[in-house]
Amino acid sequence: MTSPLLETASRVAGWARHGEEVEAYVGRSSDTRVVVYGGEIESLSSATTEGVGIRVVSGGRQGFAYAGSLDPAVVEETVAEARDNAGFGTPDEHVGLALPDRVPAADLDLWREDLASFAPEAKVDLALDLERRVVAGDPRIRSVESSSYGDGAGQAAVATSTGISASWRRTACYVSAYALAGEGDETQTGGGYSVGRSPADLDVDKAAADAVERSTRLLGARKPASARLPVVLDNRITTTLLSILAGTLSGEAVLKGRSLFANRLGEEVASPLLTLVDDPTDPDAYGAAAYDAEGLATRRNVLVDAGLLRSFVYNTYAGRRAGVASTGSAVRGGFKSPPGVGCRALTLAPGNESQAQILARVGTGLLVQSVSGVHSGVNAVSGDFSVGAEGVLFRDGVLAEPVREITIASTLQRMLRDVVAVGDDLEWLPGSAAGVTLAIDGMSMSGA
Amino acid sequence: MTGRRGGTGPGGTLGGVLDPSSLQRALATALATGGDFAEVFVEDKRISSARLDDRRVEELTSGRDRGAGIRVVVGDTTGFAHTSDLSEEGLRRAAEAAAAAARGGGGGARTVALTASEAASPYRARIAPEDVPKDRKVELLLRADDAARSGPDRGAVVQVSAGYADSRRRIQVANSDGLMASDEVVRTRFGVTAVARGDTGMQTGYEGVARTMGFEIFDELDVEQVARAASARALAKLAARPAPSGVVPVVIAAGRGAVLFHEACGHGLEADHIEKQSSVYHGRVGEMVASPHVTLVDDGTMGREWGAFAVDDEGRPSQRNVLIENGMLTEYMWDFLRARKAGHATSGNGRRQSYQDLPMVRMTNTYLLGGTEDPEELVRQTPHGVYVAQMGGGQVNTATGDFVFGMTEAYLIEDGEVTVPLRDANLIGNGPEVLRHIDAVAGDFAMAGGGGMCGKNGQSVPVGMGQPTLRVTGITVGGTAA
Repeated sequence: MTSPLLETASRVAGWARHGEEVEAYVGRSSDTRVVVYGGEIESLSSATTEGVGIRVVSGGRQGFAYAGSLDPAVVEETVAEARDNAGFGTPDEHVGLALPDRVPAADLDLWREDLASFAPEAKVDLALDLERRVVAGDPRIRSVESSSYGDGAGQAAVATSTGISASWRRTACYVSAYALAGEGDETQTGGGYSVGRSPADLDVDKAAADAVERSTRLLGARKPASARLPVVLDNRITTTLLSILAGTLSGEAVLKGRSLFANRLGEEVASPLLTLVDDPTDPDAYGAAAYDAEGLATRRNVLVDAGLLRSFVYNTYAGRRAGVASTGSAVRGGFKSPPGVGCRALTLAPGNESQAQILARVGTGLLVQSVSGVHSGVNAVSGDFSVGAEGVLFRDGVLAEPVREITIASTLQRMLRDVVAVGDDLEWLPGSAAGVTLAIDGMSMSGA
Repeated sequence: MTGRRGGTGPGGTLGGVLDPSSLQRALATALATGGDFAEVFVEDKRISSARLDDRRVEELTSGRDRGAGIRVVVGDTTGFAHTSDLSEEGLRRAAEAAAAAARGGGGGARTVALTASEAASPYRARIAPEDVPKDRKVELLLRADDAARSGPDRGAVVQVSAGYADSRRRIQVANSDGLMASDEVVRTRFGVTAVARGDTGMQTGYEGVARTMGFEIFDELDVEQVARAASARALAKLAARPAPSGVVPVVIAAGRGAVLFHEACGHGLEADHIEKQSSVYHGRVGEMVASPHVTLVDDGTMGREWGAFAVDDEGRPSQRNVLIENGMLTEYMWDFLRARKAGHATSGNGRRQSYQDLPMVRMTNTYLLGGTEDPEELVRQTPHGVYVAQMGGGQVNTATGDFVFGMTEAYLIEDGEVTVPLRDANLIGNGPEVLRHIDAVAGDFAMAGGGGMCGKNGQSVPVGMGQPTLRVTGITVGGTAA
């Protein structure tokens, strides 16, 4: 594939001066978003965004600059700015750009041509259709606060003066609805969505059914008395939990003394039911990617194997400091940030029980359908975990009354050890992790 | 204060990014196929930041974003497009795309006469960030690192990270009503996170300051003091016990817990939630929604505070708006389109993250006015409870009113005294209920100073907050202790 973006990146990388390394990351994406409300289009946005992020390394020091433009004069100015910035870092022998490591990149086809030919009218119709289905799904649905369709076609390239040259592209789209259900003075909310690489992948029925079920089943929810009890996390919530864990398994966090798991390689850190893998080469993963943000091939990394901590993830810098190779785990938030370390496609090895079977076996507890305040109530350094929650209590394995305005709390360390079941319902969801039902014993539910 | 257009400031000539005639042509193109309203929003933003971690200055970052967002409104439908190409041709294409998106039919040529409007700037930066040598920014980080590691218990402080960031954002707005306005806002923030390790594991402490100011902020801000506060917080928590689980009285220190109001009612008073009836405060203007101790204000004109500006991202002057007065709901916050639709005056709350985003109703600086109680007496009158000395972020479901907020420094109150430190936890409550349960407000009003970023529908904007010491008679603390 010849990529104009890669040509731009390579040309810029070629501007490296003697004794200097230069990396150019170039990105472009075309995005559309339709929001409908009450049977009318509320807004329709469509635009292309592009830009460049430049790293310059010299004398063990790194500088970074970005610009939201590929105008040649702007790109030149950005390189000069990155070069100037490199003069102010603290020298570190491990600082440097990636070097080709001959690991072959997975052959992933994440681009769907049919997205480009999908007419704006059809996008609007999908969002309207979803809204109609949610409203028709249950007489208690009062309205849909927003029903939307969005898509993006993104391309990126990274090239360095050290021999890295990689480019990739991907498409993605979604439909999403947020329903308001009501009875009397009471209102409850619930969302549903469907994601895919092309509109053909979208399941509007399922998105509508989820929004209806999640909002209506909370009607009548009360604030229960505080208790310590088993908690069953719905698959979406497990995705959130895994994303938090990813931060603690970053080799950079370990080196900097910020990880719960530093110095614990080879030890039992979780229930033997837990096997955690980050595998961006899996084409089904939402975060699938053939290359990492430094242009190295991504690879399958086993992080926890039957409860034993097996490895951390590294980018080039963290790997050099730790004396290991990069695991192809450089990530970045587009062209505006230099590469960090992270996971893209975390998944737990699924168990062999359905959610219903898990509820039956656990007997009594809380099924959590949504959480809030993850950024304010989880401290990934100390491990303290406390989040707002909504869900349904279950008894004798059967769903009973809905509950709201509660928190569930424990510590990340304990939660990993207290896992008593992993579901068989593995599903790739938006973000960097797959969803699966997870049962955790002995959490504190704080309520009335 | 003079208007911003054509003025000069520390960064050289300011004024509009584009000249009025190209804005006029873009508006004409936007309305060429019909449309009730069109707007061009131009932004030129430069940022710089520096980060220290693990005893190293890791890197300096510079960034520039420049572009225009154009919206066209036909009936209830908004079409939107943006471009980083500010040439005549780039603007024309974006205007056509926005018009097509709004599906404007019929219409015909329409020209718009633009009149520059002037709004007083709440604060003008004295020292532009780009005029400050980079090594001075780096030096702040190194000083903070040393200070964070130099207290009496320095051995326990095992890691320190510090960040400096500044931004200079120039905006220009022109619309088909003939409005033309511009603004320039300089913001600076500085923060330190310390990690301490003890027998019970690791704990973190954060302290930061963020203001709508230039580098002159450091004339009054002692970075060593910021760093020592971060370390002290991490060290104190090494002895922390698990927080209680259940409903307890909570006393919140002045300036440290304003996120409570941001979540408990701020978001719920945004007119977009009101219009869609997805707020528990819908239809309640004129009703008592809080205890009589509560007077809540949103004020974009508060110079130097993190959420201040002269004009909002729709070109409207920032305002001081009283939302709740002595417990009674008096007003919502509005953006231009919703105010227009409701036949209501705008309130200067239309904001957007960047030219790539549509504006929405957003808060600016939201604060609770001071009362009369003595803060120490308030603690003494609380036999048992939790004292929150610092809060992190929060989140709210405006339709149900349920909201959470995190405490990042807290203590038990036993027999009217602040005693042992508590581990981090979220608190959860219901907005209208918690507002009714505020039974005492002290006279020691303070702004938070830390500078929050408020997220809504994927857009993040800086917001300020403030409040005096206050007590909530009961709220659920989400810890693990019985």
